[in-house]
Amino acid sequence: MKKLLAISILSSFGLFIVACGGDSSEGNQAATSSNSSASSAESPSSVGVEKYDPKRGEGKFKDVALSEKLDVAMADAGSKTFDVKCSACHKLTTEKLVGPGWIGVTSRHQPAWIMNFITNTDEMINKDPAAQAQLEICLVRMPNQSLTDDDARALLEFMRKNDGVK
Amino acid sequence: MKNLKISMLGLTAIAVAFSFNSCKPKSVSNAVSGDAASKAYVAPGKYDEFYNFVSGGFSGQMSAYGLPSGRLLRVIPVFSVDPEKGWGFSEETKPMLNTSHGFVPWDDLHHVQLSKTNGDYDGRWAFGNANNTPRVARIDLKTFRTAEIIELPNSAGNHSSPFITENTEYVVAGTRFSVPADDANGDVPINTYKQNFKGYLSFISVGKEDGKLDIAFQIQCPGVNFDLSRAGKGVSHGWFFFSCYNTEQANTLLEVNASQKDKDFIMAVNWKKAEEYLAAGKGRKVAAKYAHNTYSDKTHSATSEIKTEVIVLDSKELKDMCYFIPCPKSPHGCDVNPTGEYIVGSGKLAAIIPVFSFDKIQKAIAAKDYAGDFDGIPVIKYESALYGEVKKPGLGPLHTEFDNKGNAYTSFFVSSEVVKWNIKDLKVVDRAPTFYSVGHLCVAGGDTKTPNGKYLVAYNKITKDRYLPTGPELSQSAQLFDISGDKMQMILDFPTIGEPHYAQICPADLLKNNCTKIFKIDENKNPYVSMGEGTTKVVRDKNRVDVYMTAIRSHLTPDNIEGIRIGDEVYFHVTNLEQDWDVPHGFAIKGATNGELLIMPGETQTLKWTPDRVGISPMYCTDFCSALHQEMQGYVRVSPAGSNVPLMFSTGKNIASAENSDKK
Repeated sequence: MKKLLAISILSSFGLFIVACGGDSSEGNQAATSSNSSASSAESPSSVGVEKYDPKRGEGKFKDVALSEKLDVAMADAGSKTFDVKCSACHKLTTEKLVGPGWIGVTSRHQPAWIMNFITNTDEMINKDPAAQAQLEICLVRMPNQSLTDDDARALLEFMRKNDGVK
Repeated sequence: MKNLKISMLGLTAIAVAFSFNSCKPKSVSNAVSGDAASKAYVAPGKYDEFYNFVSGGFSGQMSAYGLPSGRLLRVIPVFSVDPEKGWGFSEETKPMLNTSHGFVPWDDLHHVQLSKTNGDYDGRWAFGNANNTPRVARIDLKTFRTAEIIELPNSAGNHSSPFITENTEYVVAGTRFSVPADDANGDVPINTYKQNFKGYLSFISVGKEDGKLDIAFQIQCPGVNFDLSRAGKGVSHGWFFFSCYNTEQANTLLEVNASQKDKDFIMAVNWKKAEEYLAAGKGRKVAAKYAHNTYSDKTHSATSEIKTEVIVLDSKELKDMCYFIPCPKSPHGCDVNPTGEYIVGSGKLAAIIPVFSFDKIQKAIAAKDYAGDFDGIPVIKYESALYGEVKKPGLGPLHTEFDNKGNAYTSFFVSSEVVKWNIKDLKVVDRAPTFYSVGHLCVAGGDTKTPNGKYLVAYNKITKDRYLPTGPELSQSAQLFDISGDKMQMILDFPTIGEPHYAQICPADLLKNNCTKIFKIDENKNPYVSMGEGTTKVVRDKNRVDVYMTAIRSHLTPDNIEGIRIGDEVYFHVTNLEQDWDVPHGFAIKGATNGELLIMPGETQTLKWTPDRVGISPMYCTDFCSALHQEMQGYVRVSPAGSNVPLMFSTGKNIASAENSDKK
């Protein structure tokens, strides 16, 4: 009987291990990219691999080179993207609409953080302390607006313009 | 030890249950063995291995299921309006349901075909047929939406359709009801069927890149009922096969009068020959009237064009194009095996299954081995075309599909079973009961050159006691079989929408990575798009009012509109500004007599609204979109005709002043 018991415990253990491991395949993406849930499910695979840098955020951008002077053409392109994809929820002042007002955003966050946040929104909201604090205030998860890298850079330039860079 | 005793008891119980089952093979709960659940189980959050596209029958729609779980993934609106999705209700989608008869809100979709390249599914499009007002639809498998619908002139009851050739050169549409041609005087006595009624087979070409449908030619045939069809493949590529019944040419009480003859026909059509005649100018241009409707993912709207001409080839005059092959007792299915060599006829009232050989048909034609002609078309001798007969297969064979091991699977309506038989030696190797009265069946890749052979689904016509009762009407039932072993094993029952007829099963990998997730807002070419909230507006032109509106979590812009009057026709053009997957917004307004809108990210859709009373009409987003979805609402003020209330619209600005709020 003891043997039987041991076998059954072992086999249930085996099942348990199978159930816990290797769950990062297809079909699970949906859980982390869900748009309306406020849960902060972390993908287990990326934890502990690299230390999270709250200044840079999570995403493809590391060092964003800025010139001292404003790139006017780029800021204009950013303004157009703002009109279509951002202005429904953000004002250019301090006033909060759905999301926070944009004034001062380039001094609150590093350029890489901003570009990572607007292109990798879901993962940032799941992981970044500042983004999570903002979610507690706004209670609406910022949607991913499918920005290209160029769109994101142009928006950053437009934010700089809004913050007084000439 | 106690446990052991219990399990012994259990075993005995199972053994007893089995022995009972073997006595009563058709009882409700048998035919399922212990591991069935695990075979059909797909864990929460995991994807199915296959997509299953199923015809919706009299619902007019097509549905997509996951297999082996039987999960309903999506109902794709095709020929019938779908208020849930705004299909046929939004101004942009209404033209899709236009026909030569005007707007037709319903049809009966019987058969599904997936586009093929080299005889295998290529994952680009699905096709469906309208059985009532004859049409063929093309569904885009990136968006899972109907992209195109073409009507068929000279036809009535487009049943032997939308079967396709091995490189999707043509989608075929054969008329079920023969009728007088559209350009002939149709005001004739019904009992002049033999003189005046004709059958038309339409060959619809499919654009290689864009999938655009066009009726390349029609073949005029004797008046009979064209039931089902299949393209040749491999060795028989270039040919098409149609089952024909009512070769008695009866026009009343067909149940009796069209079941007189011992044999009807399968018609073999050499469509390469037809192409030659067409190129040589042998076709006759005939006046006709039929609608051709296309939907654009750039303008997010449909256009409908009425065409006025079609080219007809005459099967009687143009020799070496059409041949009849005798086939026992009102044939229904005529299915072609993976190599293309064998054509399986299924006589609904027959007690055998004839299997014809393409090679023998060719030899018989070369030797003019005919048993006379039918209305000018040669009839090949039965024995000269026959490879062999499957003896005693069951009662009422309907349809046959194939696996990758040389087996065929035929559905039997009357004896309610699926029968597996070997194509080479024509011997029955297995049979499995279905619950109840199976119609079509479908094997994964079962009509391609390389079937998958893992699963078979039986689509049953009668449900009875399979599910909890739901009043007089029950949903139809599909049954999933694992056919990977020697014995077919039933592993799942699942309900379907409408009445499923034919279906197709393709690997999920073929489609799942190509799916459209959003429409890019920068590419939106709808003339009524609002590119951002800054461009929203309300424009009056006499009694037409156009509202250019945006939706984003969680507000509509504008959400306060005043200055609308009785007598106005208001068009809400709603652009969804979201650019993230699975964030549609809906739009509804009180008293709208049509329906709602469901607007995908980056898309613009329009709802027409004619206010019928003075007062305040609320509007809101119908698709739960965020924590503040219930806040996503607004008001329209409707004033009497001739009112002076100025046109006003805004979001977030129309706030009561202190003195105003003291009044009323």
